[in-house]
Amino acid sequence: MRVAIASGKGGTGKTTIAVNLAKTLAEDGPVRFLDCDVEEPNAHLFLRPTFQERKGVALLVPQIDAEKCTGCGLCSRVCAFHALAVVGGKVITFPELCHGCGGCSLFCPTGAIHEIPKKIGVVENGLAGKISFSHGRLEVGSALVPPLIKAVKKQVHADRIVILDAPPGTSCPVVATVAGCDYCLLVTEPTPFGRHDLDLAVGMARELGIPCGVVLNRAGDGDEIIEDYCAREGLPLLLKIPFDRRYAACYAAGNLLVEEFPSWQEVFKDLWREIERRAGA
Amino acid sequence: MKVAITSQGKDLAAPVDERFGRCRYFIIADTESGSFTALENAGAMASGGAGIQAAQALADRGVEAVITGYMGPKAMQTLQAAGIKVYAGASGSVGEALAMFKEGKLGLIDRANVNAHFGMR
Repeated sequence: MRVAIASGKGGTGKTTIAVNLAKTLAEDGPVRFLDCDVEEPNAHLFLRPTFQERKGVALLVPQIDAEKCTGCGLCSRVCAFHALAVVGGKVITFPELCHGCGGCSLFCPTGAIHEIPKKIGVVENGLAGKISFSHGRLEVGSALVPPLIKAVKKQVHADRIVILDAPPGTSCPVVATVAGCDYCLLVTEPTPFGRHDLDLAVGMARELGIPCGVVLNRAGDGDEIIEDYCAREGLPLLLKIPFDRRYAACYAAGNLLVEEFPSWQEVFKDLWREIERRAGA
Repeated sequence: MKVAITSQGKDLAAPVDERFGRCRYFIIADTESGSFTALENAGAMASGGAGIQAAQALADRGVEAVITGYMGPKAMQTLQAAGIKVYAGASGSVGEALAMFKEGKLGLIDRANVNAHFGMR
């Protein structure tokens, strides 16, 4: 069972939901947690794993053998990202634009292109009690996020429960995280901005064919904006977390709701049962 | 001499497009005969690498000089590798820019005058 926690709008509480859900579920058995926000991972601040393994992640980018290259230009024509140009009979490469598909070396008729690794980040694995924790850290200066997220997702083996904390937005990194999941929780807030970006995220999940439900965080004032949206779209509103200064202080101190306010454990257990029921349906 | 002017339209009366990689058209003009053709910029809406793609297209067509407003680093590198000269700071209509070029009033640049992604704003 793989559940992604996404949002559209940033700062709505994805990590809060993800870490508290993982912690609650770990009371009853092993859980795999993946922090897929590789540009700014923060779940480790709450779950505090002990890291045991650190693996470099590289993308294969083209290197040209000038002796063998005839300047035919085929590599530049097959590259969808314009990472190679062939001008004046010579190839110039732009590794920062390369997505590592390997098309250029596959099509090169003279075998003048071989691929060399370019480091884009690291994956770190660790343990936090019964939670097997993995996250990625993007190399500073690298702009290519999805391959690193896919490397983080490869840490999943025979895990029964996998919780994926997604990056904000609805672009490629979020799609890379949510794709292949059984359910997607979308965390939002009762503001026009929250509703607008929730709508984008719902569109993304539907395009991917993944069932989704909504969590309304900072609830209590103007909730109708999200309630009306969910009713109109036929989306289940699975949980509301009230706007409460104590919860904000708990988060700011890097603590877990389910530990500081144990009555929340039952709430997160109910949330999980509801997800299981809906993902199976 | 074959020169390419970045343009918002298909003829000499059209205003110059100050962006290189994301201009709508290139007016490819022959400075001797005065003839010209319009080339639609296929990479105008590319998600990335628009300047490289545009430079490649102009190099493939044997263009010897580019007249534009602003030039980013990757496009500049590609044009230089192709031996194409870059004249920046063009404005007004394409015809006016071409006249200024012929009179030697446009500056030749040998490095980018804006950062990457300038044309996406």
